[in-house]
Amino acid sequence: MYDFHYHRPKTLADAVNLLKGKDEARPMSGGMTLIPTLKQRLAKPSDVVDLGGIKDLAGIKVEGNNVVIGGMTRHADVASSADVKSAIPALAHLAGHIGDPAVRNRGTIGGSVANNDPAADYPAAVLALGATITTNTGKHAADSFFKGLFETALSDGELITSISFPKAEKAAYMKFPNPASRYAMVGVFVAKTAAGVRVAVTGAGPSVFRVKAMEDALAKNFSSAAIKDIKIPADGLNSDIHASAEYRAHLVNVMARRAVDAATK
Amino acid sequence: MTIPVAMTVNGKPVSGKVEARTLLVQFLREHLGMTGTHVGCDTSQCGACVVHVDGKSVKSCTILAVQAEGAKVTTIEGLAESAEKLHPMQEAFRENHALQCGFCTPGMVMSAIDMVKRHNYQLDEATVRRELEGNLCRCTGYHNIVKAILAAAPAMKSAGV
Repeated sequence: MYDFHYHRPKTLADAVNLLKGKDEARPMSGGMTLIPTLKQRLAKPSDVVDLGGIKDLAGIKVEGNNVVIGGMTRHADVASSADVKSAIPALAHLAGHIGDPAVRNRGTIGGSVANNDPAADYPAAVLALGATITTNTGKHAADSFFKGLFETALSDGELITSISFPKAEKAAYMKFPNPASRYAMVGVFVAKTAAGVRVAVTGAGPSVFRVKAMEDALAKNFSSAAIKDIKIPADGLNSDIHASAEYRAHLVNVMARRAVDAATK
Repeated sequence: MTIPVAMTVNGKPVSGKVEARTLLVQFLREHLGMTGTHVGCDTSQCGACVVHVDGKSVKSCTILAVQAEGAKVTTIEGLAESAEKLHPMQEAFRENHALQCGFCTPGMVMSAIDMVKRHNYQLDEATVRRELEGNLCRCTGYHNIVKAILAAAPAMKSAGV
């Protein structure tokens, strides 16, 4: 790891100022992606701004029809939250299957969503539930937030303060984890909310995406039989030593059907 | 650039000067000479480096020493009351022959204690196997590790630890 200047601001405003003043400054929330990246010398930030000292960024609240989760909330806290389990059990289930217990004790929802790893779990929930991402400068709808491989709508120095998830009538997340890393080879989040049915896929492509054909079929008939014959083209999907694009395309249908079955139990 | 850092390790206040990039496991092993915590993969996969930071299991190869400023850290060296009286989890690992080469054992024991506490001392075999997903053992095939953790849960409860 290359050395860097370390900062641990106590307020969001201080964090933003520290990031603004430097060319190569990086924010760090849980560090579960950033630290391994630095160890491999895949990034060389001049400054690391640790958000861990900003107390009011973590926490879970239910506000009307929404569950609002602070950006620095750890995966373990979302997984074990009585509020999340009762309002959106699929979201608690997803959080409880990220990485492993020690990783869940450090990793945060804001860090995961801001990083937008193609195989991260949270982006699937954010997109399928139609969540709203609040930052220090404004709000983003899920549909316009995830831009591509590790790319989001966030500007430099823009930090996620909370994410608001609407409650779902039915929802489930099913993933086929890589057995070593626990990242999703393919993960599918299916949700039926007041806004309609959404199917979001992570792990398969360069960034999380929706499957319109499945959404339309499920809107008419919310059952796994309704999407059984909907095939996903392998073109443009990820292909690596773990799985070919064709295999991932096949898994999307399998995981989507399992998610619909789990959501209708 | 060095930064002063201070924390509590196994109940004792410690301090030192580290680089920003110094990992917690490097601080423990190289600055404090506490080599009970192992580095296996160095890529957050194997769990040999698990310690407790403020009571929660953490991979000490994936947290900076400066992030643990002011924290209470417990390592494998901080578990036993004395050379004669091991922690119930350590005792259960010994009784059940839950180690062969022993390299993964410090992390296994630390993860196992966190697991037992999170599940309020009540565990079944399937839960133990799932919860061990962040700890790799290349010798035992896990069978005796699972047995040891299941045996330690009631022992920890009765010992009040």
